[in-house]
Amino acid sequence: MSEQDILSGLAAIVNEVAGVPASSVTLEKSFVDDLDIDSLSMVEVVMAAEDKFGVSIPDSEVKNLKTVGDAVAFIQKSAA
Amino acid sequence: MTSAAIVITGLGATTPVGGDVPSTWSAWLEGRSGVVALTEEWAGQLPARIAGRIAVEPGEVMDRVEMRKLDRSQQLALIASREAWKDSGLTEVDPTRLAVVVATGVGGVTSLLEQYDILRERGASRVSPHTVPMLMPNGPAAVVGLELGARAGVHTPVSACASGAEAIAFGARLIREGKCDVVVAGGTEACIHPLTLAAFAAMRALSTRNDDPAAASRPYDVDRDGFVMGEGAGLIVMERADHAAARGAHVYAVYGGAGITADAHHIAQPDPEGRGATAAMREALVDADLTATDIVHVNAHATSTPQGDVAEAGAIRAALGAATDQVAVTATKSMTGHLLGGAGAVESIAAILALHHRLIPPTINLDSQDTAVNLDVVSNGPRSVKSGAVAALNNSFGFGGHNVALAFRSAE
Repeated sequence: MSEQDILSGLAAIVNEVAGVPASSVTLEKSFVDDLDIDSLSMVEVVMAAEDKFGVSIPDSEVKNLKTVGDAVAFIQKSAA
Repeated sequence: MTSAAIVITGLGATTPVGGDVPSTWSAWLEGRSGVVALTEEWAGQLPARIAGRIAVEPGEVMDRVEMRKLDRSQQLALIASREAWKDSGLTEVDPTRLAVVVATGVGGVTSLLEQYDILRERGASRVSPHTVPMLMPNGPAAVVGLELGARAGVHTPVSACASGAEAIAFGARLIREGKCDVVVAGGTEACIHPLTLAAFAAMRALSTRNDDPAAASRPYDVDRDGFVMGEGAGLIVMERADHAAARGAHVYAVYGGAGITADAHHIAQPDPEGRGATAAMREALVDADLTATDIVHVNAHATSTPQGDVAEAGAIRAALGAATDQVAVTATKSMTGHLLGGAGAVESIAAILALHHRLIPPTINLDSQDTAVNLDVVSNGPRSVKSGAVAALNNSFGFGGHNVALAFRSAE
């Protein structure tokens, strides 16, 4: 899966969960500070990403996923 | 405790007959039923396949992303709250003097059941992180309190079908105690689901007039066979009278008082003599400093069950005595169905508007009044209310033996 594929998939999830336009979901954006995703909504994003990309994102890892780029990189590594 | 006059300065509702207060009021005056046949696949197996669905779906007036974190009962409460707040004209309110009291009978039960289905089908890891805020009964009060920034307290009385009325009584206490200047109070319910319908039907509480939904809720009629479940919310803005006067607020009616009692008789059956209901009405009159002859109108609990309607009719006569003959009674549940935890609030709005517009909505489907009901029931169109200072009662009773009577006075 390419970085671009994961980014667009993640952007669709963020749009569904938080209503942020998919085009605004870019690699450097912070989930909390830029996309206004609180801790509960972050759980939703993680659950949806696990389903969509067929990966497992443990709780211990979620706290390291500060930006969209962090999440994309983790998913790309896990799916490889 | 300091006593303070309390006025009603804002109204908000979403009901089976209208998406807001003006449309609900018009429908009531026209005598229009909001009861419909349930067409979902799951309804087919149920003994009662009719309900009072709200007239305007939340998605028509609420953002999709906001909706997905809210139980339907919370969505309805927020819609009603926004209307009531806007209607009140309030802008700047000291948040430490503002409270919210929003009741519900069963809370976010449809969210709970939906997540239980997910748990069983997909496992614990797929249960939504929003489940707890959506299912907790205080959730509707909490989301309204959050939006309004209310810091003087957020409360949720739970007393089954008396909950919405109890919320208004509770809100009035907060103002009388001197703790608040403004309280947003009322009730909400949205629990139309195969389980709740099956459960109420198992109690033989629901009408099974599935072939004629609009005629199924028929309080006081000799052919009534149970209540029709409805959904909706009603919230009112209650304000200390001098606070409202200082800002030149529009006043719909004056809050008079409340009577709250318990039957201590049976978990689900009304006391056949209606003693608790009688005591609640008497207490409301005393609390409001009214006498029976001041009462021109009762918005009755009257759910269309064979026993309950008769017990309440007797209680009204016992409480008001000979003055009962001058009281016009109506049962708006004939049009909305029974909104459970929302009922007491939505029907308080009906009583408040009856005083405000001097017009009492009719009870529909009253083809042949039960001879055991010795009341002047308004039917075949609305009834006008005389001019001058008058008052009205709203009754609400709940499984568990809860009785709440609220008294309102005309504004003039």
